Amino acid sequence: MPEQAVAERQLTMAEAVREALAQEMRRDPRVFIMGEDVAEAGTPFKVLKGLVDEFGTERVMDTPISEAGFTGIALGSAMTGMRPVVDIMFGDFLFIALDQIANQAAKVHYMSGGKLSAPIVIRTTLGATRRSAAQHSQSLHALVSHIPGLKVALPSTPYDAKGLMKSAIRDGNPVVIFEDKMMFTVKGSVPENDYTIPFGQADIKREGTDITLVATSSMVYVALAAADTLAVDGISAEVIDPRTTVPLDVDTLVRSAMKTGHAIVIDEGYQSYGVTAEIASVIADGAFYQLDAPVKRMGAMDVPIPFSPALEDLTVPTAAMVVELARELVRKGN
Amino acid sequence: MSATDGVTPLDLYTRMLRIRLFEEQVNDLYTSAKMPGLAHLYIGEEAVAVGVCSALRDDDYITSTHRGHGHCLAKGASVDRMFAELLGKEAGYCRGKGGSMHIADQEKGNLGANAIVAGSVGIATGAALSAKKRSTDQVSVCFFGEGALGQGIVYECMNMAALWKLPVIYVCENNLYNEYTHYRETTAGDIALRAQAFGIPSVEVDGQDVMKVREAAAAAVQRARSGGGPSFLMFMTYRQRGHHVGDIDRTYYRSKDEERRWAEERDPLRALAQVLISDGTADAASLDRIEEEVRTEISEGVKFALEAPYPSPAEVTEDVYA
Repeated sequence: MPEQAVAERQLTMAEAVREALAQEMRRDPRVFIMGEDVAEAGTPFKVLKGLVDEFGTERVMDTPISEAGFTGIALGSAMTGMRPVVDIMFGDFLFIALDQIANQAAKVHYMSGGKLSAPIVIRTTLGATRRSAAQHSQSLHALVSHIPGLKVALPSTPYDAKGLMKSAIRDGNPVVIFEDKMMFTVKGSVPENDYTIPFGQADIKREGTDITLVATSSMVYVALAAADTLAVDGISAEVIDPRTTVPLDVDTLVRSAMKTGHAIVIDEGYQSYGVTAEIASVIADGAFYQLDAPVKRMGAMDVPIPFSPALEDLTVPTAAMVVELARELVRKGN
Repeated sequence: MSATDGVTPLDLYTRMLRIRLFEEQVNDLYTSAKMPGLAHLYIGEEAVAVGVCSALRDDDYITSTHRGHGHCLAKGASVDRMFAELLGKEAGYCRGKGGSMHIADQEKGNLGANAIVAGSVGIATGAALSAKKRSTDQVSVCFFGEGALGQGIVYECMNMAALWKLPVIYVCENNLYNEYTHYRETTAGDIALRAQAFGIPSVEVDGQDVMKVREAAAAAVQRARSGGGPSFLMFMTYRQRGHHVGDIDRTYYRSKDEERRWAEERDPLRALAQVLISDGTADAASLDRIEEEVRTEISEGVKFALEAPYPSPAEVTEDVYA
């Protein structure tokens, strides 16, 4: 479990990511960062602040605004012995680089019969409610989770952000890692020592017996808040964070649903054809005979994210919405 | 001393002939329904791949295109494993998982043919960045057709290669046709100026003359290897066959007379043979002997591939992840 007695030190999510990168760059001279405004600016979110001072501009490389080009260049370097970490400032910009990610990086190993490999990490962001409108607010992890050959990680805590980043850098495959841009200032315990979090291992954030709330990234906090409220009602909710969508820890999710008999999957990606659909499906398959109700899904509303706060806030699942649905499900089931 | 110094004109002839006969065999395999998928033949363009690769070392990188058989062979791939890959056999370069458009041969620095037009420009440029970061003196060659000039990533990568002085050589094979459309209908302005706008030296060379190709490539390689940065080479050449083997009726986009002229007057193999004979390097008999040897190599390669087993069904899920 993440929170250990030794881990008293508190870091923000941004600091945890930065520490992971700095430690990996010290450990392995092949690791370098490239992207827009990553060096002196340290990214608009200041996640990489100070790294250039220690590692120089050779290893923290500012690029032109050319997502396709620099992702492709990073890929070529990965195929020839380097360990690039590419910074795609907003998840929305993945679309610009998608040929390089989905047609090239994801397929290199398979297409070459296992001879070439692409150990590239793509760091990007997800999450709405920053009032950034439709082209800077999307959560597009379903898009890359759909492509065989890619791995996809979604840290929800500073502890996980550090451990998952280290695993991503050490992985021999292309990994896309999504950080919630609204969570960079969230604090949590992060030990200074070197540790990794294996991919494909869900984290049970809170144990419960009546309903399973599977939640990713920002939605973990929504689920935990909902679980608090439900507890007052006498409904015991188990909250699970899969941490990686590829590979997905199916066993932990199914086992929990078999125990509770109810499940809601909460994720900030668009609901239709999204991550919630895949996770709900594997739970329904695996726990069908123990389920007392259909598995429910809560994703972002299927609309381009609107600018106005009055509208934007309606598009993302909230704890109140989770509580309402959970109550309905559990009551029906009983 | 470069590892490429020992290459003789007869070696160049043999390598070009190997590609020519390989492609003719591919045509036969395809039209006799022994080869699945698509076959994009390189016939008529052999001098470009052979001339450029003759200026490279084994540890230099190339990336290739959907019309990539020539590049792979010129970089040192063996005929038998090439055929095996084209037929989807386990013994192929990619264990049958890549096929004609994806042959990669890591041992010879071939980072893969690519079926997305301009899809490998990033990879080639990144290999050059990697060589620089690792402080090797390797260079990287990116082969692409003039059709790739329509893709934005070409210019994004040239910009970064120039900014960072990367040892990469952009080799544009201008075979005149973007699939079924003449490049003049798709390509505005002066092609060479595109590279020059980034400060990248750019030359246009007759791609049917292997000696001139080799000379231009050697100069670009020398420049890249010594830290001078990227170059852009455009070789004017001609795709004698269709966009792919099935492209039979081509009269709606080019004339038979044009095809005849390029095949009869500008064929790179025929031109080289004439030079070799006229300067006394070879005679008809010695060229015949070479042809016989290469024909044997090709027929043995095909036989190997036809007899080789397919991958087992269990392999379908292997190597999705490293």
